[in-house]
Amino acid sequence: MTKSPREDVIRCEGIWKIFGDKSRQAMDAVRSEGLSKKEIRDRFDCVVGVQDATFSVGRGEIFCIMGLSGSGKSTLIRHINRLIEPTAGSVIIEGQNVNAMNARDLRAMRAERIGMVFQSMALMPHRTVRENVAFSLEVRGVPEEKRRRVADQAIEAVDLTGWEKRYPDELSGGMQQRVGLARAIAADPTILLMDEPFSALDPLIRKQLQTTFMKLSAELHKTTIFITHDLDEAIRIGDRIAIMKDGVLVQIGTPEQIVTEPADDYVAEFVAGISKLDLVTAGRIMQPLAQYAQAKGPQDTAAWPVAAPGDKLDTLVDLAVGTDHPILIAEAGVPLGVVTKRALLRGIQGREDSNQPQAEAV
Amino acid sequence: MDKTFDWLNPFASIDLGIGKWADGIKGWAMSNRSVIQPLKNFFEGVIVRIESALQAVPPVIMLLLLVLIAWQAAGRRVAILVFCCLVILGLLAPDAWSLAMTTLAIVIASVLLCVIIGLPLGILAGKSDRFEAGVRPVLDTMQTIPAFVYLVPVVMMIGIGNVSGVIVTIIFALPPLVRLTSLGIRGVSPAVVEAARAFGATPRQILFKVELPLATPTILAGLNQTIMLSLSMVVIASMISVKGLGNEVLRAMGRLDAGKAIVGGLGIVMLAIVLDRITQGLGRSGRERGHRHWWESGPVGLVTALIKRN
Ligand SMILES: Nc1ncnc2c1ncn2[C@@H]1O[C@H](COP(=O)(O)OP(=O)(O)OP(=O)(O)O)[C@@H](O)[C@H]1O
Ligand SMILES: [Mg+2]
Repeated sequence: MTKSPREDVIRCEGIWKIFGDKSRQAMDAVRSEGLSKKEIRDRFDCVVGVQDATFSVGRGEIFCIMGLSGSGKSTLIRHINRLIEPTAGSVIIEGQNVNAMNARDLRAMRAERIGMVFQSMALMPHRTVRENVAFSLEVRGVPEEKRRRVADQAIEAVDLTGWEKRYPDELSGGMQQRVGLARAIAADPTILLMDEPFSALDPLIRKQLQTTFMKLSAELHKTTIFITHDLDEAIRIGDRIAIMKDGVLVQIGTPEQIVTEPADDYVAEFVAGISKLDLVTAGRIMQPLAQYAQAKGPQDTAAWPVAAPGDKLDTLVDLAVGTDHPILIAEAGVPLGVVTKRALLRGIQGREDSNQPQAEAV
Repeated sequence: MDKTFDWLNPFASIDLGIGKWADGIKGWAMSNRSVIQPLKNFFEGVIVRIESALQAVPPVIMLLLLVLIAWQAAGRRVAILVFCCLVILGLLAPDAWSLAMTTLAIVIASVLLCVIIGLPLGILAGKSDRFEAGVRPVLDTMQTIPAFVYLVPVVMMIGIGNVSGVIVTIIFALPPLVRLTSLGIRGVSPAVVEAARAFGATPRQILFKVELPLATPTILAGLNQTIMLSLSMVVIASMISVKGLGNEVLRAMGRLDAGKAIVGGLGIVMLAIVLDRITQGLGRSGRERGHRHWWESGPVGLVTALIKRN
């Protein structure tokens, strides 16, 4: 992970959410006895939505939460702007404890600092596109003239200019979701919460919207929590990914870490089908030069193609097809290691060829 | 009790004195007339003013006005229907129009009070399960208890006349408005309310900007029901000396006068059709009207279009 000092915009500490009438007792029992999810359901008739979630998101980062249906993603993201109260734990946004805020500050924070896109879009059917987009400004009492200007900017940013006066049900699903996006960014918040914004759309439109979103996010530099149940989407969009299973954050890491070092079988199964070409870097699959030389004897590397440790497998494949030599990995002119064809193929498969020297010796 | 207690028929030998207890309330009401009287006078004044306003408008002007309102609210076809109904109403008898206006005044006063009382109650019931659970049996009672049961105590307390008539009408006509308001509020998609919350709306803003607008079609259906029920009470109300079409029917019954009965009865029906169609038109959602604003259609739309052209 990057070691550079970064500012945490969102920090969640030990969030638990237990649904049910006896959630407090259930929580106490969890604390004292460490009950499992099933025991909680049997003894207290409560459903565990989120179990001890701790993570932080840095400024400008896109943090993806990935998990199957019912794993508690929506429940978790609703804690960030306190749409639901945690049973235990706290959410801290830019140093402020959200759970300790009074109603007024909370509303101000929701309207001005957090934009949210909903899984179900949740547009207001009785309001035009423009009125929907300007909603957060309207509730803050921004004058009509300014509301209109700001809303139209947001509408333009999602390519919906010309549709301002239409009603949501006159728009296609993809357009509605773009209205949702425009509504979230209209008040120029620092934080975006996106709950499966593109899940209900067909693959082509989804890709389009992902592109729109990534462009916008690069321009606007917003701290984003992005929920998805699609690992490809998470990898495409996320700076870091958290994998969620049954309310637990199983693993948090960069896409490359998730794909190459899955924390458990569950994650491993998930990432098995993922293309490594754009994810895994040369540095991860290379064999140190000294080790290679030991096995093969000193080599003349003059004719070998050269790549940097940060280059993706995709680049290495391009280099490899043009030559019979292995690829030399060098940084700033200093040779570091070697990627053989075999290691490259294994890398694409997602398996690390750790027994390479022996295998080559056979 | 002088009778011996009979286990097989215990009820005959137990007297909880509920009848006397109710009589006690009546006595209390009669001794507190001085408190009730000013209130009564206030409402009487309101009703009289509504009636004299309605009577002051010449029938032709009133007819045109109602037709225009119908056109605006429900479109051209309904306007034509309303026109026909009103003409029939006027032709029924020389004094039919004036009687209808008297009845209309009572209905308007009742419905206004129903809205003032029922809308907040309905909103509360829509927001709170507890309140809904508490108010529901009361509404059931109001709707099912025969009017004659409360006719007597109301007259005892307030005396005969328009105000009693309005109160009796409200008791009968209020429930659907409360019920349907509650239903409408409950029917608003929780996702949309949550979105409003997520964007920082106050509970008040959520109510006025999201819940009420989205519940409006249902609430208007309730209003429509309330108006219809108010109209259906006019005959009973006329028993406590409320004038108007209902009184015609009542008098016709007393004298077996078929002609008068037809005037009263048909008059009520015509009025009912007019009010029903106009309020139903209001209740249609904007979507059915092609998402146009109300001022973009009907006579107002015509006028604005004409003004724009010039
Ligand atoms: N209000 C609630 N009351 C009781 N249980 C709830 C409530 N909301 C969510 N749950 C439970 O919490 C769990 C997680 O639900 P959640 O909606 O967070 O899943 P999700 O990961 O968003 O799934 P999806 O991808 O389908 O949206 C589910 O088992 C659900 O039954
Ligand atoms: Mg969800």
